[in-house]
Amino acid sequence: MSTAISQEERALPHISPNAGEPDVKVEDPVPAPLAPEAPPRRFRIDLVAAAPWLVVIGLFIVWELICRGFDVPEYLLPAPSAVWAAGVEYWQPILLHAGQTSFTTLAGFAITVVVGVLLGALVGSSPIIYKALYPLLIGFNSIPKVAFVPVLVVWFGIGTIPAILTAFTISFFPVLVNVATGLATLEPELEDVLRSLGASRLDILRKVGLPRSMPYFFASLKIAITLAFVGSVISETVASNLGIGYLMMSASSSMNIPLVFAGLIVIGAMGVVMYEVFAWLERRLTKWAHRGPNSGM
Amino acid sequence: MSFVRFENVSLAYTPGSPLAIQDVSLEIQEGEFISVVGPSGCGKSTLMKLVTGLKAPTGGYVYVGGRQVGGPLKIVGMAFQASNLLPWRTTLENVMLPLEIVEPFRSELKSKRKEFEEQARALIKRVGLAGFEDKFPWELSGGMQQRASICRALVHKPRLLMLDEPFGALDAFTREELWCMLRDLWQESPFTVVLVTHDLREAVFLADTVYVMSKRPGRILVKREIDLPRPRDLDVTYTDAFSAHVHVLREHIGHVRSH
Repeated sequence: MSTAISQEERALPHISPNAGEPDVKVEDPVPAPLAPEAPPRRFRIDLVAAAPWLVVIGLFIVWELICRGFDVPEYLLPAPSAVWAAGVEYWQPILLHAGQTSFTTLAGFAITVVVGVLLGALVGSSPIIYKALYPLLIGFNSIPKVAFVPVLVVWFGIGTIPAILTAFTISFFPVLVNVATGLATLEPELEDVLRSLGASRLDILRKVGLPRSMPYFFASLKIAITLAFVGSVISETVASNLGIGYLMMSASSSMNIPLVFAGLIVIGAMGVVMYEVFAWLERRLTKWAHRGPNSGM
Repeated sequence: MSFVRFENVSLAYTPGSPLAIQDVSLEIQEGEFISVVGPSGCGKSTLMKLVTGLKAPTGGYVYVGGRQVGGPLKIVGMAFQASNLLPWRTTLENVMLPLEIVEPFRSELKSKRKEFEEQARALIKRVGLAGFEDKFPWELSGGMQQRASICRALVHKPRLLMLDEPFGALDAFTREELWCMLRDLWQESPFTVVLVTHDLREAVFLADTVYVMSKRPGRILVKREIDLPRPRDLDVTYTDAFSAHVHVLREHIGHVRSH
């Protein structure tokens, strides 16, 4: 957000040099009126930055109060304090399993990026391929992936490979659709400009199509990474002896409910971290598409 | 032989559909500035697609530079009502785009990038955008974007410049400024220009020859030579001779619209 704003501010004085100069000269001798305005503005920005933390902390407090106030038994809903205690007690296995889950998720996600971009480029740049592939892709995407895990197990055995493939199959569709949309909605005038210069289809794809679909692509990455977590954990829950999904399964079968919740919170936290990483990448690499007042979203 | 030549050209966008333009014949000399005016939807933009080879005629022949047009031409620069600048490229990078595509520039770009950049910068300066080379399109005003768009259309030194209502979205003052910019560029080293426009004053001020087209299917109804002396100053638009030209064209358009 701050980078986008500072860019516009830098641009303004150039566009209207005459409008900018007198203002600066007036400000110099009278710095006083500016001072009272500054603190509330800084306070507001701090509030915006703190808001998500406040909501999370608030949620935990309410949760804790409910558990204590109504004396909820731990095997139904453990209080955050009990979940925290379980997390501290089992930090080593949690770390081990979380590492496995991150690995399978990121591996599946990497396949998603490659396959999603390639298929998306194919589907988006040719109406025939679009027509031909779309029903199949939608059909495949409609299959609940948990129903597909047993098949993967038959093919590859339990463990890492089904988890990676489930993460991939559950997350590649939004990437494909977004890349295809970015390419298919190319303005015809833009294409005419390039074609009238004698550009080949590959030229148009490289110079205009792909750069233009980058914002769509990055938006889809944020969705795909969270879906990839869902996929790998589903597979680990059904067929694995490693990973957060497996940890939660075995914890619940021994009625260690606080550990189950610790696992849930770890998955959620990993999802948020990965989402933020890709949101940050998106802002860095497609700054031109995010220049409005809400560019920090 | 004339530079651009239409022989009884017709075009239907899909086979069997009504014709977009019908039986159009016209000739444009090398270095001539022509303008095409007509009611909206009369196939003016179709005419541009035919000249540039983006569309093949259903009937008749189109010749450019003595050769029949068979596919997209590479000696053409185009600019549209929307500037169509790429928002992820700076002004300079946008203007350089044709040099990355058109031969021989394309293969020489690596070795001569400095030189080409200098030429692009000179052109940008020429249209009054000095200091904005490294700005992004969304940091420019509408008029500035259109100036950059015309730079992009001219940077590879095309023999034919096609303009499709390039000033249509601008306010009256900016539009007149850009008329003068285009006039100066053309006067300096005349290239062939086809300007499609709704604005009769624009057509008369800039063009050597103005063509009036009919409603769909588009046909050429009137060809009018504009004999106003060059170089033309904006003051010429207040003269009687100028008004007479505009008036005559206006009557033809009114006639077209009422039928």
